[in-house]
Amino acid sequence: MMLAVQFPYWAQSLLRVLGGLVAVLLPAGTIVYLFLFKMMSFMQSRLGPMEAGPYGSMQLFAEVGKWLQKEDIMPEKADHSIFKIAPLIVLASTFLLVAVVPFGPDALFTNFETGVFYALAVSSVSVLGILIAGWSSANKYSLLGGLRAAGQLIAYELPMVLAVVGVVIQAGTMNLQQIVVAQNAGEIFGWNGLGNPYILTQFIGFAVFMIAVQAELTQAPFDMPVAESELVSGYMTEYSGFRFLIFFIAEFATAGVFALIASVLFLGGWGIPFSWFGWNNIDQIDNWMNIVGPLIMFTKMMGLVFLIMWIRFSYPRFREDQLQRFAWKVLIPVSLGNIMLTAVLKVVF
Amino acid sequence: MGLKPKVPGLVKGLGVTFNTMMTTITKGSNTVQYPHEKEAPPLRARGVIALREDNCTSCMLCARSCPDWCIYIEGHKELAPPRRAGGAPRKVNKLDRFDIDYALCMYCGICVEVCPFDALFWSPEYEYSEPKIADLLHDKTKLGEWMETVPEAPELEVGADKKGKK
Repeated sequence: MMLAVQFPYWAQSLLRVLGGLVAVLLPAGTIVYLFLFKMMSFMQSRLGPMEAGPYGSMQLFAEVGKWLQKEDIMPEKADHSIFKIAPLIVLASTFLLVAVVPFGPDALFTNFETGVFYALAVSSVSVLGILIAGWSSANKYSLLGGLRAAGQLIAYELPMVLAVVGVVIQAGTMNLQQIVVAQNAGEIFGWNGLGNPYILTQFIGFAVFMIAVQAELTQAPFDMPVAESELVSGYMTEYSGFRFLIFFIAEFATAGVFALIASVLFLGGWGIPFSWFGWNNIDQIDNWMNIVGPLIMFTKMMGLVFLIMWIRFSYPRFREDQLQRFAWKVLIPVSLGNIMLTAVLKVVF
Repeated sequence: MGLKPKVPGLVKGLGVTFNTMMTTITKGSNTVQYPHEKEAPPLRARGVIALREDNCTSCMLCARSCPDWCIYIEGHKELAPPRRAGGAPRKVNKLDRFDIDYALCMYCGICVEVCPFDALFWSPEYEYSEPKIADLLHDKTKLGEWMETVPEAPELEVGADKKGKK
């Protein structure tokens, strides 16, 4: 079903850019306020920000205003142009990542046939940004943090890719939109009241994917690269003001976008089980799903980010060797076994 | 006796944070919103040091025992009328200056401990921050004003040795 109004190309592009900004920044702001400010405070039996706006809801704007006023400090021996571009690379990978996420039957930025492949490839671009941020800072803490981040992000990239392979095998497609359709049009042993969200059949994949996401986001317990008790602030040590703000936004925007991708891959994305309204394929879906779909996505994303943040606020940090051992000796074998099992079951059923 | 199934520590930890969150949401937090509501500090809290000027003999014990050298005392001797009629006039120490620099003070309380004449007291008052660091130097008038905030010394425990002269 096509939209009733046809936009010229420039208007479509403008809408896509605006939509991308909303899809990245709105979740990021909500995550920071709801989880970083409020949930963390509640879990520590305090109230968090309460002064800026009702219940401190304008606190983030106050923080952004503060960061924008700060002096733009750069170490004298830093590699200036690379130092400046590093946070932008990290943020850009987030914006590139959201481009393939479908929000509704027609509400999508691109309908990319190999969307999963693209998402996983683009998400690893942020490693480059982090590595050059650490290297160009001319600071031993930054360098150590950057190297740790690179080692960790590359190690956890693998289980993440391998966990997604199970979903791709089961759906038979790498197109994120078709993965959503396959889940919501699917059935469990002939019963289609719930569709077939892959969290049920791919639970191992889901668990491995979420652990890998936690590590990719360098959230505790995988926050070795920014371990403040030993590395000051890791690769972000020398960044202040606006550039630090970009790192900060990128961290939580990426958390939101990864949660979006996880909800597409494992929780059925924007869809509701098609059998509820008697739909059979994507062409029969009513137009109002373009409005409700993004809201469903947002809800699912918030649930997943809650999980990520809950674990972040509860667990202590892994040691560097434990962290690497966990990726190579536990997660990768488990996800390889999951791929084999999925492949065998796919042939059997 | 039934064996209780062991909950993994990781799950238990998640439970602790989740329960704390629910308690905070339903019953309120353990903290107070400071400028709007204040917690009364304990009676013996080390907030600020108050001076009872009449008791001070400017013996300099406090100034000499201060690890930060933040007490400044100046005084001179004056003649006072004799105690008995026909006696020689007494010499008393008169306090000209008694300053405590709270920018330096580390609240160790040695001066209060060491004062033999009960001239220095702890007060739990803590709200005396200043925009200018020089204003943290409290002179003897200001230190004397703090005396109003010094609470009554709490009763000794039963059977405790009362120190000092009866």
